[in-house]
Amino acid sequence: MEIPYNSTPRPDTGLYNAKVGIWLFLASEVMLFGALFSSYILLRVGADPGMWHLRPLNIWLGTINTGVLIFSSITILMSWANLKMNSFEGFRKFMLITLLCSVAFLVIKSIEYGSKFSHGIYPKTDTYYAIYFTLTGLHALHVIGGALVNLYLWGPGSKMWKTDPERFTNRVEVSGLFWHFVDLVWIFLFPVLYLL
Amino acid sequence: MSDNHSVPDFMRTCRFVFILLIVFTVITVAVSKVDFGHHFLNIGVGLLIATFKAFLVAAYFMHLISEKKLIYTVLGFTGFFFVGLMFLTLFSYADFPTLGGEQPEVAHVEGAAETHHEAGADH
Repeated sequence: MEIPYNSTPRPDTGLYNAKVGIWLFLASEVMLFGALFSSYILLRVGADPGMWHLRPLNIWLGTINTGVLIFSSITILMSWANLKMNSFEGFRKFMLITLLCSVAFLVIKSIEYGSKFSHGIYPKTDTYYAIYFTLTGLHALHVIGGALVNLYLWGPGSKMWKTDPERFTNRVEVSGLFWHFVDLVWIFLFPVLYLL
Repeated sequence: MSDNHSVPDFMRTCRFVFILLIVFTVITVAVSKVDFGHHFLNIGVGLLIATFKAFLVAAYFMHLISEKKLIYTVLGFTGFFFVGLMFLTLFSYADFPTLGGEQPEVAHVEGAAETHHEAGADH
């Protein structure tokens, strides 16, 4: 038996299944990162006067990474838009760029981590680095997870375009929503950890 | 995406939003170098710009500017609990000196001792 509303919207909500699913998942993600952000706030306001100050993070690498993620957000949108306009080749091209952006982000992040480790700086070093590694590490895990899904959709998963194009387009949209969320989290992480 | 917008129009809007996001990223970095007099002002301005950027991503890239009612309902609950999470943390911090509902007697040890002595004399 076929599951209803997998590719067509349900009449009363106007939504297909995966879209409801991804938004419920993103709601849980908001609470996950929200808990860590509130931990950050508590650690910061709870620090003794003059004891909380920004550590020497590479602002330029952080800025480049912000640009890379924002750029990847527009390219994943372009890949979805190309499917909407029946251009599978366009989808492949923009999804590949998105994948390259995610690799670039992770490479830059690993350079930053490598620099810290080479100076003997680890999460145990102090409270600031503990929350820095926790927040950026969890975010990097999300980038890896999103990139793996995008890789699947770009590679073997794209076969669905031939059998059920509507459903495949929906999958790309849902994956894009997750990717934008990853971008959104970084938009807050960057100033909070690098600049303020 | 809104049903009454064509995909090319939507993408044109998103490209404009992308440029705005890049511009505001540069502004975020530039503003962090400016001293507004008080560190809290710097934090406020930085977070304000970040919130505006997050709004752009959520509204246009995630299509929330024209989404279905059920999604708004889910996000409404999420927003409520998220704000609750933040405020509970801050309230718990603010409540630290009066844990257990009792006023601490650490500020004036001598006065406290006298009070204790007087209270003991009453018995």
